[in-house]
Amino acid sequence: MPGRDPSRHMTDLYSPEIQLTRFRRRVLFAAALVLVAFGLLLARFVWLQVVMHDYYRTRAEDNRIALLPVAPNRGLIVDRNGEVLARNYSAYTLEIKPSRVADLEQTINDLAKLVNIEGRDRRRFRKLMDESRNFDSLPIRTRLTDEEVARFIAQRYRFPGVEVRARLFRQYPQIELGAHILGYMGRINRRDAERIEEAGSVDNYRGTDHIGKSGLEQSYESDLHGLTGYEQVEVTAAGRAVRVLSRTPPQQGNNLRLTLDAGLQRIVEQAFGDRRGALVAIEPSSGGVLALVSKPTFDPNLFVDGIDTASWDALNNSPDHPLLNRAIYSAYPPGSTFKPFMALGALTTGKRTPEQAIADPGHFDFGGHRFRDDKKGGHGMVDMHKSIVVSCDTYYYKLATEWGIDGIANFMSQFGFGSRSGIDINGESSGILPSPAWKKKRFRKPEQQRWYAGETVSIGIGQGYNSYTLLQLAQATATLANDGVMFRPHLVKYVVNPRTGARRAIEPQPIRTLDLKQEHIDIIKRALVDVNKTGTGARAFAGAPYESAGKTGTAQLYSLKGAEYKEAHVAERLRDHALFIAYAPADKPTIALAVLVENGGFGSQAAAPIARQVFDYYLLGSTPAGPAPEVTNAADGE
Amino acid sequence: MQLTANKWLRARSAVVSVLSSLDVPLLLITGALLGVATLVMASATADFDYRFDAHLVNLAVALSVMVVVAQIPPLRLMQLALPVYLIGVLLLVGVEMFGEVSKGAQRWLNIGFTRIQPSEMLKIAVPMMLAWYFHRHESQLRVRDFLVALLILAVPLLLIFHQPDLGTAILVLAAGMFVIFFAGLSWKLIIPVLVVGVVAIATVAAEGDALCAEGVSWPGFKDYQRQRVCTLLDPTTDPRGSGFHIIQSSIAIGSGGVFGKGWKEGTQTHLEFVPERHTDFIFAVMAEEFGLAGAVVLLVLYIALIGRGLMIAANARMLFSRLLAGAVSLSCFTYAFVNMGMVTGVLPVVGVPLPFVSYGGTALVTLCIGLGLLMSIEAQRRRRRER
Repeated sequence: MPGRDPSRHMTDLYSPEIQLTRFRRRVLFAAALVLVAFGLLLARFVWLQVVMHDYYRTRAEDNRIALLPVAPNRGLIVDRNGEVLARNYSAYTLEIKPSRVADLEQTINDLAKLVNIEGRDRRRFRKLMDESRNFDSLPIRTRLTDEEVARFIAQRYRFPGVEVRARLFRQYPQIELGAHILGYMGRINRRDAERIEEAGSVDNYRGTDHIGKSGLEQSYESDLHGLTGYEQVEVTAAGRAVRVLSRTPPQQGNNLRLTLDAGLQRIVEQAFGDRRGALVAIEPSSGGVLALVSKPTFDPNLFVDGIDTASWDALNNSPDHPLLNRAIYSAYPPGSTFKPFMALGALTTGKRTPEQAIADPGHFDFGGHRFRDDKKGGHGMVDMHKSIVVSCDTYYYKLATEWGIDGIANFMSQFGFGSRSGIDINGESSGILPSPAWKKKRFRKPEQQRWYAGETVSIGIGQGYNSYTLLQLAQATATLANDGVMFRPHLVKYVVNPRTGARRAIEPQPIRTLDLKQEHIDIIKRALVDVNKTGTGARAFAGAPYESAGKTGTAQLYSLKGAEYKEAHVAERLRDHALFIAYAPADKPTIALAVLVENGGFGSQAAAPIARQVFDYYLLGSTPAGPAPEVTNAADGE
Repeated sequence: MQLTANKWLRARSAVVSVLSSLDVPLLLITGALLGVATLVMASATADFDYRFDAHLVNLAVALSVMVVVAQIPPLRLMQLALPVYLIGVLLLVGVEMFGEVSKGAQRWLNIGFTRIQPSEMLKIAVPMMLAWYFHRHESQLRVRDFLVALLILAVPLLLIFHQPDLGTAILVLAAGMFVIFFAGLSWKLIIPVLVVGVVAIATVAAEGDALCAEGVSWPGFKDYQRQRVCTLLDPTTDPRGSGFHIIQSSIAIGSGGVFGKGWKEGTQTHLEFVPERHTDFIFAVMAEEFGLAGAVVLLVLYIALIGRGLMIAANARMLFSRLLAGAVSLSCFTYAFVNMGMVTGVLPVVGVPLPFVSYGGTALVTLCIGLGLLMSIEAQRRRRRER
């Protein structure tokens, strides 16, 4: 060490007094250091507790208080008479937060020792995990028994991230009744979540994990859902709620009062028996749907807590396609039920007078092709009235050829053929109203895009490219029954706020009045009445104490080139569809309908008896004993 | 009769002698601190009653140990210094070789009937040993003596640092350095070290972002130690891990305001946001429930305690007593400063308890031994004066 040697300095000047003085100086220095250090700490305390106090107080409050959503009760769905079609019930579910569980498989295995967890529960849970946001709480079991709840609660400490919760579930007490109308509920998946975000209702869906997936549950989701309430709770660092500080109660969703008559719907579903098909019944004066049936149907309760794969496959892969809504999605050729509208169009456009008659040889030849009538040898002299009552094809082959496709398409479109009716559930298809313009759009190749005059011939009897939904057919029938005043068909009569009782009516106004002459309408109506008195519908309506109007029809599936149609020889699935349109009472209609029985054969045989049961129930209140009988007289032709 | 009276008299004089060895100011200050501790502990352990009972047992044991140590005269303490130090170092070597690993550190030694943590006794043994060494070379202190002193300090320090136990290492280092400082280490050496230290801290604070970048390693530091410093510089980089502690304790203290939220009313404490709330972070509980007022009371009590200790040092007769008393007093300061500094987010989180307040029997016993030493030294001075 260069310079002065400190050791020498220390030894040389050593004396107890000097050493003590030096030591005391150092003690003072240390004391000063202590004060400075504590002064710095004090400054830090003041910074945190005085200067930044407001900031940290807010942070502490944010820590302490959590807003927990309280899901509202979903609105009820009741029929026009108040019969409950969809309601809620509370049940215990065992839920797992996958994000908080280390070994999911092991946890589920351990849980299975306490509560009954079957293979389908595990499969459903896997499926939910794939579909959901990963921080969700997902049910491994729903509808726990009280005993199972007690057993789990006793062991709960072993299962962090697993909870028993009381949840509201949707229930459809009428089981299959109106399943296609009500639709079903399912858990909110990613796509639903995106839609909720787009709609700006993310806040309102905190705490909700189910959403309407189809039918009214989907289309009236915003009404049914209600307003989510909030609970301000004090929570621990681990997120456990300690106490409730304040509560904003949720507001129950609005109830739907339907135009549907559950009793009628039940009669119709029963009338079909095991047969496939669809029926739409409408109140002509309002457009309210009284019954909308698609057979076979399904149990929407299966979907409530997540449908398992096996049930889903069974529904989805069934050759009968129970999930398909045949009333609004499937389109069929209307067959002879198209004829009254053709006749009305002929009168309106002046193509025919009622008295103008043709001689029917039993066939119509056009462009080297022979179009046959159902009745061998023909109907003789046929005027408009007779053409409808006996359902003469030749009359309409001729009419269509003379009128031309553009005129037909133009007239028919105002009845709603070929366009969606706008009914208040999703999944409607528009059907096909054939026209040269439609063909141009539908096909690619130029030779296919051309409209051939020969194609117009069978359009006249509701065949060819004609393809409409039962809903369109029912709406057209209702419009005719209502003398041309048209309503949008709808299922919901009004939406009710359960707290205030305030009602919001759906569609009370007609959407348009068709440009028709009353005398023309009356001519058609008289013919339709006679169909049920003396014509093709007479057997089905024999002895009815009310006057009804109708028209039978057959939708050909299988073209028998020139050969005679022998029902027994054709495979069941290739048989014609039986069709019937009708309304009653004839003078002041309160119900109009269209019904189709898939592969049912003639309309008079399979479809008209269903209409008879519907009218008997709706007008007379009589409940039939079983499915509608088949009337065995196919000889008349349709 | 005579015999029993004698017995009684002898017993009475024994009690008087025991009591006379106790220092009243120190007793009062410590009593106040322990009172505060008990109050805060009752709140911090609200959910664990058994912890509070254990705290009361710890208090009783520690105070008994203090009274016992206070009876040992400084000359006897000097005789004990070397053996205690050697046993301590041997035990540390034992830990190094056969120690039990828990939570990633090798700190415990199983001696058959119980587990001990030898590093704890070095907090006392090292300053005693150094004070004894300087006392022996009192008349001719040379540079060589300071080098020997550094060696005495370095051996146990490295062993503790290697366990690793950063908190204890800091306390042992501080205690040793205080002895060396009071023994008269040249200012020419002290000042540069202080300057380098301040510059180093300033550098870390200013260049924290670069030093804490991913993949940077600091020579001589374990990764978790580097992490602690980095977390301190910016707690938000690790809000779920160790940063959570600093953030939540800052919120607890800051939200306490001037007068606090009231006893047992601290939301951060009782809703379990404050980590280690009855041990290392108990100051956050105190500051949340009693506010700045409570924190100042605590600071004043510590200043009084340290002040009294330094006074005892300044008045002590022997160099050994002076050095030991000075080092013990400043050790209390180190505890208090490091703990409050880390809880308020100005120092890294190292395992240093708040003296006399944090839950934990070992630390409390060690501190009370220190108090006993101070009392023994003060008692010796009084007795000499009386003669």
